[in-house]
Amino acid sequence: MQAAGSAEDADGEVHGDALNGAGIIAAIKASRVEYVLSVPDIVTSAGLLRPITQDKALKLIRVCKEDECVGIASGLSYCDIRALILIQHTGFLDSLNAIRGVAVEYGQPICMMIGLLGHDPEKTPRTSPRYGVRIVEPILDDMGIAHHHIGVDADVAKIKPAIDKAYAESKPVAFLIGRRPKAP
Amino acid sequence: MMKRDECFRVLARHITDEAVVATYSSAVDWVDVNPRPLNYLSIGAMGLDSSHGLGLALGRPDRRVVVIQGDGSLLMNLGSLVTIAAVAPKNLVHFVAHNETYEANGGHPIPLRNVDFAGLARSAGYKAVYDFADLGAFTQQVAHVLEQEGPVFATLHVEPSKPLKYDYPSLYDPKKRAAFKAEWKGQG
Repeated sequence: MQAAGSAEDADGEVHGDALNGAGIIAAIKASRVEYVLSVPDIVTSAGLLRPITQDKALKLIRVCKEDECVGIASGLSYCDIRALILIQHTGFLDSLNAIRGVAVEYGQPICMMIGLLGHDPEKTPRTSPRYGVRIVEPILDDMGIAHHHIGVDADVAKIKPAIDKAYAESKPVAFLIGRRPKAP
Repeated sequence: MMKRDECFRVLARHITDEAVVATYSSAVDWVDVNPRPLNYLSIGAMGLDSSHGLGLALGRPDRRVVVIQGDGSLLMNLGSLVTIAAVAPKNLVHFVAHNETYEANGGHPIPLRNVDFAGLARSAGYKAVYDFADLGAFTQQVAHVLEQEGPVFATLHVEPSKPLKYDYPSLYDPKKRAAFKAEWKGQG
């Protein structure tokens, strides 16, 4: 049975109204992001990636492996063009060497939106039931990468200032999507 | 089989305002042959050469981008062939220097020495694909290769070179990244 205020998305997943994809996409566009670079992630599939495919204001590049996104975003940044990497936390973990080299050691404005697969949205990422999720924030902290947990609509206001700051200071930033955003 | 530095001297005669992405042994030889601000050398992680090149090409569709990738590097990012073919940037020319070894890491062989990179690029969907093992043929056709509508791919079959001096602090100097950005942005 579905709870009041919940809905079933295109992937058949039941979720609540706590986090809306439309608000996140509006924040991405307000941040002057031109390119979204992505490997599909089930957490953000219906609420973000599918609507982004239909959004003419954003150019979507589908890549084969997540670390490609880091190189592409870096190349674009040399042209002052903003990009957002939309991936799953497993892809983030797989891309750590690229993020280490490009984002941290070269100080490039690599902006990542990371779906936390298997996370319990009522918990913080650090207390997630999923080991792979629990280690994400400590890794980001060790690498000195700013990060923001996006779990409810109120968190969406963090996105634009953080992307603006990343490009102003040429530093990476990560947004951790803790629940499936509702499709617009 | 060609010598990489001789091959690069031929290529350099045709390079004007292009961004050239090169790494490891190819970067050492390329910088020796053609030092210039528009060389993009800071890749950050082996294999990402082609992905950086794609980003640069998308960002400046009015300028040509030439990637010179090592064979070991391309093997670490074979998926980028498919991504690049799908995006299909008209201004990207992608060379692989195929010397069959991880030259910068002790000269050990790549897993399959005679892997057919040109065949992989062709199957992925590059618009034009070339395969050069003879310097005369490369000299004759390089201008045509660079003029093609991309994405263009060319394998350069080269010998492992004499021992090189890898001056990574110089190759990855932040001042070079800043100089590249100023030059790349500044060109109208």
